[in-house]
Amino acid sequence: MKPMSENKNTSVLKKALGIVGLMTVFAFAMVPLYNVFCEITGINGKVIVSESLYQQVEVDKSRTITVELITNINRGMPWEFKTTVNKLEVHPGELNEVMFFARNFSKQTITGQAVPSVAPGQASFYLNKTECFCFDQQTLKPGESIDMPMRFYIDPDLPEHVHTVTMSYVLFNATSKESESVAAN
Amino acid sequence: MAHDHHPTGIKRWLFTTNHKDIGTMYLWFSFIMFLIGGLLALGIRLELFQPGLQFWDPNFFNSLTTLHGLIMVFGAVMPAFVGLANWLVPMQIGAPDMALPRMNNFSFWILPFAFTLLLLSLVPQLFPDGPPNFGWTFYAPLSTKYGPASTDFFIFGVHLMGISSIMGAINVIVTVINMRAPGMTLMKMPMFVWTWLITAFLLIMVMPVLAGAVTMMLTDRHFGTSFFDAAGGGDPVMFQHIFWFFGHPEVYIMILPAFGIASHIIPTFSRKPLFGYASMVYATASIAFLSFIVWAHHMFTVGMPVAGELYFMIATMIIAVPTGVKIFNWVATMWKGSITFETPMLFALAFVVLFTLGGVSGVMLAMTPVDKQYHDTYFVVAHFHYVLFPGAIFGTIAAVYYWLPKWTGNMYNEFWGKIHFWWSIIAVNITFFPMHFSGLAGMQRRVPDYNMMFEGFNQLSSIGAFMLGFGQLIFLWILIDCIKGGKGKATDRVWEGAEGLEFTHLPSPAPYHSFEKAPEVK
Repeated sequence: MKPMSENKNTSVLKKALGIVGLMTVFAFAMVPLYNVFCEITGINGKVIVSESLYQQVEVDKSRTITVELITNINRGMPWEFKTTVNKLEVHPGELNEVMFFARNFSKQTITGQAVPSVAPGQASFYLNKTECFCFDQQTLKPGESIDMPMRFYIDPDLPEHVHTVTMSYVLFNATSKESESVAAN
Repeated sequence: MAHDHHPTGIKRWLFTTNHKDIGTMYLWFSFIMFLIGGLLALGIRLELFQPGLQFWDPNFFNSLTTLHGLIMVFGAVMPAFVGLANWLVPMQIGAPDMALPRMNNFSFWILPFAFTLLLLSLVPQLFPDGPPNFGWTFYAPLSTKYGPASTDFFIFGVHLMGISSIMGAINVIVTVINMRAPGMTLMKMPMFVWTWLITAFLLIMVMPVLAGAVTMMLTDRHFGTSFFDAAGGGDPVMFQHIFWFFGHPEVYIMILPAFGIASHIIPTFSRKPLFGYASMVYATASIAFLSFIVWAHHMFTVGMPVAGELYFMIATMIIAVPTGVKIFNWVATMWKGSITFETPMLFALAFVVLFTLGGVSGVMLAMTPVDKQYHDTYFVVAHFHYVLFPGAIFGTIAAVYYWLPKWTGNMYNEFWGKIHFWWSIIAVNITFFPMHFSGLAGMQRRVPDYNMMFEGFNQLSSIGAFMLGFGQLIFLWILIDCIKGGKGKATDRVWEGAEGLEFTHLPSPAPYHSFEKAPEVK
């Protein structure tokens, strides 16, 4: 084979390998892109975990929103985790408080981290929490229990068609993976 | 030919850099995988002949469906197309060989190792918890947290298959771009070369994504990362997005070369040039482009906003337009042609008709509201088997019959070829047509047991599957018979209406070294 065509082949080969390389990078770049995309659009119920201040807004007494609370324990998390009420009726704009309860029934000291999710995803933009245990982690000694308040209000701009907002919390064991889960969020 | 010297025995095959030898090895390899994958499918159909559990425990049934899918996709269909590309692309563009012959050898010889890794999982002494059992889509966390030990062998197997496909695809790209005979402009290239060039671009773009996905699985399983583990801040739904970003272009990788094959065979036996060559090229390119932006239609039931559902539904349906253009062109090619029905033409016609049927059920599945009923039912199984068996595999079989006389110099047995065709087309419909009905009635896929009411449909499917599977032994016999001499010498042109450099410029059989001097293309 002539060196001319060999050079030509090498150049096309390099370009093709370049595409392969770029697509490999893209495959891994999908991970952060996916998270950013979900947070911005509120798709997937991913909530931006941040504290908001209660702004004195007018309470819209004419509207009633059903708020459902769901608690879940992730596999391998030896805690009890529940809410005192599963369902409540609220008016947009009023500040509500609900209590959550967690107890460590294992023989180790364990740190827990609750990860919130909201359905419908759209509602996550109108749900403001002034206080939530999901903002930080809880460390419980064996047998210790804790009552955790969560305060929230629903923005009166919540779209008309939303009548029910479901807040779900999944409690994860953050003892060994503490640094990682922070990085991944 | 005088200079047909090459090493003989095992060394010829181990060290060969000849595109024809490598093509032959790819084709035989894929045929063996086709039989193994078929045996696994018969295992599935055996269990589903009756409701209740008869033969396998449910976990092994899941392994059967998983291995059947993986072996057919990565072991049978993809290597078959790479084998055809090796044989045909250099001859069709007037090149002496593939551009990177040593890489060509390497990309083939990786495959037996890849599939050994995968099939080792069937040895219970090595893997007491069984072969991969999470379906060919290996969704996390089934394949990460809950995957059996053999999952790691599966991961490395997929890595090797990916490397092999990428090298094969790069070879096609370099060959087609650099080694066309003088005068063969891009828009004069035969359709098979065009469809393969586009397929090769799809391959180098999505195989790295698949490699990324299985790498993330591997690190999730063993190195403490949490890409797909919600407990560590990851997301299992993200796995599905990454997988289908690979997976949807992958289904076009498995069909585009078959489009190219039909575009050769139908004009030949209609004795008319292909209708709408340019529109065929553009339709293929648009299908390839669209395949990248529709992936989430596999995930409607996972949940997404209405806007997303609408977008993915409409984008998916748009694919029917370029596909329709192609089908229209094939039909228009036949219009007023003087058609004869040799075996390759029969398979190509069955391809057009039955692929269209699979395409139509695909448009049905694209509709979000009805997909919520169809999802993960046998309707989906019917759909993708109609595009894969009478689509990709009939396409490959048609190609083999069509070019076999050129490869071996002998005519195959036409009588048995027709028997093979009629047997296959009857069996393929008995097997897969009833699945439309059982699926619409609610029978779920990947479950070893089913409600009594589906028994009739499943017995039909099972009978058809056994007919279809054993019918392929006729094909094996025809191949061996043809290689040994068949029905006598083939002419150089082979078929009356055959066009293309391999028929007009080369003798039958094609010499070991062809087009050492490039032909002039007008």
